[in-house]
Amino acid sequence: MLDSLQRLGEFSLDVFAKLGRANLFFLQALAGAPEMILRPGLLIRQLYMVGVLSILLISLSGFFVGMVLGLQGYNVLSDFGAEESLGVMIAASLVRELGPVVTALLFSGRAGSALTAEIGLMKATEQLSGMEMMAVDPMRRIVAPRLYAGILAMPLLSAMFTYIGIQGGYLVGVPLLGVDEGSFWSQMQSSIDFHEDIVNGIIKSIVFGIIVTWIAVFEGYDCIPTSEGVSRATTHSVVYSAFAVLGSDFILTALMFGE
Amino acid sequence: MEAVRDNESLYNHCKMTENRMDSSTDTVVQIRGLVFDRGRRRIFDGVDMNIRRGSITAIMGPSGTGKTTLLKLIGGQLRPKEGEILVDGEPVHRLSRRRLYLLRRRMGMLFQTGALLTDLNVFENVAFPLREHTDLPNSIIRTLVLMKLEAVGLRGARALMPAELSGGMARRVALARAIALDPMMIMYDEPFTGQDPISMGVLVKLIKTLNHALGLTSIVVSHDVQETASISDYIYVISEGKVVGEGTPQQLQHTDSPWVRQFMDGLPDGPVPFHYPAPDYHKDLLQC
Repeated sequence: MLDSLQRLGEFSLDVFAKLGRANLFFLQALAGAPEMILRPGLLIRQLYMVGVLSILLISLSGFFVGMVLGLQGYNVLSDFGAEESLGVMIAASLVRELGPVVTALLFSGRAGSALTAEIGLMKATEQLSGMEMMAVDPMRRIVAPRLYAGILAMPLLSAMFTYIGIQGGYLVGVPLLGVDEGSFWSQMQSSIDFHEDIVNGIIKSIVFGIIVTWIAVFEGYDCIPTSEGVSRATTHSVVYSAFAVLGSDFILTALMFGE
Repeated sequence: MEAVRDNESLYNHCKMTENRMDSSTDTVVQIRGLVFDRGRRRIFDGVDMNIRRGSITAIMGPSGTGKTTLLKLIGGQLRPKEGEILVDGEPVHRLSRRRLYLLRRRMGMLFQTGALLTDLNVFENVAFPLREHTDLPNSIIRTLVLMKLEAVGLRGARALMPAELSGGMARRVALARAIALDPMMIMYDEPFTGQDPISMGVLVKLIKTLNHALGLTSIVVSHDVQETASISDYIYVISEGKVVGEGTPQQLQHTDSPWVRQFMDGLPDGPVPFHYPAPDYHKDLLQC
């Protein structure tokens, strides 16, 4: 009994210590902003690594998600004779929820895991220590550009996912299943509100970008510098990101759309 | 604001010069009463050391005695629990981050793995500290980098990536990078580990030559007795958190200390036991 309590206490202390380290780490990384302004090349390179290299995955996934939405939506809506509302259903689903959430989950699997593994390996091979001994702050030189690149890339990728998803839904709904093209676009245009839907979707994607990239760079920087430690940190990065994205999505949705 | 920063830099520079002049004849690194714990384990328990300016000082001892930890303490990457570490007159563990980074520009460190940046080629790795800390034009940086690479015999390997280098070559590139900013001292962490005889000979020669040619102070952490003793001016042997022997290589060859004897002669048993602490062997076998 006492042993269990002791273990619980140790576990709780570890969790709170890690949360504290993560918060300090985030503030220190944010303070690296002046470096981005002085040396934009660092940020641009990371935008390419985490953003541009994720485009293919995000585009293909968005297209398939949109097509599935078109097919499933048509089946449900046609039972009620409301297949003209297919455009609204697809757009609302993608703009409000699926765009930001699925992009964040894919982003954590593609770019987040790569960031964790890269920083973790740099730690394991003493590259970060080497930088410190050369009087170069790894927080500014390595972590900050990756964090800012992730935060900037996520909303853009989410917008791309949403746009391509709508095109996929259109392709299935209009040319293949015969939904009226005018109704598809006009109902979407009249029902989707800029502030209520699009701005809230953008806010979600920015928040998810911060969460996913923060977790990814922190897990890499805080990992045990061994091959097992890096592997575990990479797994943690994806798992924690998924939980954090889905949990924060509920909170954000309740705040944005809850009565 | 700029003027204040300039004055502050000038003050720091004058203070550093003053400190250097105070101790110009003797020590670059002074360690007094060093105590350091890792978790519940005591790594150093009252260690005192003096590293003389211009010398090659070896810190030797069995694996796991904290030799690398000592270098990290000298470099300010770790903080001691008690005691004081002065590098060029400055207490590294009490310096602000900015002043510590200024001091580190005058210290080079060669890591066991080389610690080369894997996304940069050999040239860019050596140019890295120059690009980070100076505003020199590319033509000057090119000249400086080629001079450093020539010194370690790898000018022709400038376009190679770290993954294309052998272990010995990687350490030589790391050495070229460590001397890029013309530091006052270099710390070598196990420079000979895992090297073939040729690479080891090259590294031994480079450490000695560079130390004398560039007027450096070198601290070599190693457990390769013969190679290290052949280039060292002074040796500290540490074991179980304490300095168990010190002196010139000749003095240590004739010492009676059982700790030093076991280490220098490579004896399997002695003060450092062959067996890890365990219950009685016979009782242990018969227990099940």
